[in-house]
Amino acid sequence: MKAFTTLTGVAAPLPMANVDTDKIIAARFLKTIARTGLGKNLFHAMRFNEDGSEKPDFVLNQEPYRKAEILIAFENFGCGSSREHAPWALLDFGIRCVIAPDFADIFHNNSSKNGILPIRLPREICEKLMEDAKMGGNARLTVDLERQVVVRPSGEEIPFEVDAFRKHCLLNGLDDIGQTLQHAPSIDEYEAKRRAEAPWLFA
Amino acid sequence: MANQPRTLFDKIWDAHVVETLQDGTALLYIDRHLVHEVTSPQAFEGLRVAGRQVRSLHGTIAVVDHNIATDASRRTGIEDPESRLQVETLEKNVAEFNVPYIPLLDERQGIVHVIGPELGLSLPGMTIVCGDSHTSTHGAMGALAFGIGTSEVEHVLATQTVLQKPAKNMRVTVDGVLPPGCTAKDITLAIIGKIGTAGGTGHVIEYAGEAIRALDMAGRMTLCNMSIEAGARAGMVAPDETTIAYVEGRPHAPKGEAWERAVAWWRSLPSDAGAHFDKEVSLRAEEITPQVTWGTSPEDVLPITGVVPNPADARDETRRAQLTRMVEYMGLIPGQKLTDLKVDVVFIGSCTNSRIEDIRAAAAIARGRQVAAHVRALVVPGSGLVKKQAEAEGLDRILLDAGFEWREAGCSMCLGMNPDKLTPGQRSASTSNRNFEGRQGPGGRTHLCSPAMAAAAAIKGHLADVREFSA
Repeated sequence: MKAFTTLTGVAAPLPMANVDTDKIIAARFLKTIARTGLGKNLFHAMRFNEDGSEKPDFVLNQEPYRKAEILIAFENFGCGSSREHAPWALLDFGIRCVIAPDFADIFHNNSSKNGILPIRLPREICEKLMEDAKMGGNARLTVDLERQVVVRPSGEEIPFEVDAFRKHCLLNGLDDIGQTLQHAPSIDEYEAKRRAEAPWLFA
Repeated sequence: MANQPRTLFDKIWDAHVVETLQDGTALLYIDRHLVHEVTSPQAFEGLRVAGRQVRSLHGTIAVVDHNIATDASRRTGIEDPESRLQVETLEKNVAEFNVPYIPLLDERQGIVHVIGPELGLSLPGMTIVCGDSHTSTHGAMGALAFGIGTSEVEHVLATQTVLQKPAKNMRVTVDGVLPPGCTAKDITLAIIGKIGTAGGTGHVIEYAGEAIRALDMAGRMTLCNMSIEAGARAGMVAPDETTIAYVEGRPHAPKGEAWERAVAWWRSLPSDAGAHFDKEVSLRAEEITPQVTWGTSPEDVLPITGVVPNPADARDETRRAQLTRMVEYMGLIPGQKLTDLKVDVVFIGSCTNSRIEDIRAAAAIARGRQVAAHVRALVVPGSGLVKKQAEAEGLDRILLDAGFEWREAGCSMCLGMNPDKLTPGQRSASTSNRNFEGRQGPGGRTHLCSPAMAAAAAIKGHLADVREFSA
């Protein structure tokens, strides 16, 4: 996983609530055995016409948002399926950070495991950032994970919360498995104890 | 701490914590890991690259369900090259890593969330995960079951654990007696209509109350299945005599002395009196009516007697824009009666509603009647064993005689990634779980409802009130 430290980039405004994972990447694009290459089908129904041409009104089809690295949206972003193809598609497009009032739990989890930083901020702050984002190329936001702040184009700093463990993993680009395997003796011990208590689970 | 009253969720969580890390994240042991073709290829690839093995072979089982055809063509090989590659990749992976596997043409094959309980792989008190959000279904067993992403699938394969912070406890109580014509599907849609699709975010929902206890296991599975549509991490129903009777004798259920020990533990799992819930919601079963969704989010649901809402009445600008978009996408007119909406397709199936009880409910409506001439109606049993049981009961004959298609087990038209899908503009009455834009195929328009309501829509040719049908 690519480390996430500080990101300065174009933020795209997506003023919608309940952006579901079928919208982010429709099921018919999940028939892949790779993690890459999904970006071209990100937001497919919103982004393209049936003949494959671009819908000019959609934000990611406009300059400078074609190069957006941050996405600002409203409530319950990423609801629906557990498909990790959703963050893979965002990442493949170039999005490294999503800011919204709240996220669906599984999407939130999946994002941070792929080097995407999901940031929860209150609705009124998301609205302000949405206004910043609408200023286009003149309005680059900075996300500083170490200091846990989003810096607006005005220089105003907005603090955000992040789990200490997730922050550590993101800052250092650490995958979970290697870290968990350091606890292998505890897992062995648990299994031995559990096998005695509930042998039917190990049949 | 040990003497504090605990919830069902707390008890199962506590029994599975291997270690708690500094910031409260727990390393949680997983008893059962269900694997399917869509969310696992990249996980096995990760293991291969890192030179890792699957830690617990007895705790893992794989099956294909999402992208396979549900007609006779499955016997002659998968036509779509991408689907074929995913299935072949799973077969290669289970062989390489020695993971137990139920092949496509095995009679036990079926939707992962149907076969888990059916085969006794999902048991009370277990932690159960799968790379699929509808893993919440297995919570009906009195288990803690939740969907995970592919990185977590790889993590579980390698370590038999997940890293997770404890969820908050939420209780949804439904007391009273469900009126005729209403089912578990109507309960779950009514709950989602009340609390919204983010109503359960960060929480595990325990369903309680007289109307929940009265549900059979299939109904409880329907209810827990759609917990994710309420935003919850998982849904659960405390194990009781109904649960224990259901589990007894299933192929992977404990037997003999192990059975006695297991049952004793399961009986200790229900939430203690006075246990703390962070959030409580209650509904009266008598007030629930047959439900149908009209929009493109499961929370946009109404009684079948309702009319299409008017976006002009929305509470704020974001909601107004959302409603306008939904009305347009769904091809509706504000004020239109839901029962006036003509359907093109009826889909009875999916991990929400494809069990024998669901097929019986559909057949009861179909018996002696005919599917409307313009409607294509599919019945897709959740597993090969459900199909066999239905055929033994003659339900296939009733459905076929009425003009329904009787198909092979799989996810089918729930998600638009196999040959069963809607074409743009087609309207369906569907027993599945999501009515998102394009969910059943690009441009498709989905109305979610119960199996009996879906069968009623097939007969009438438009969304219909099942209460107008006498059995």
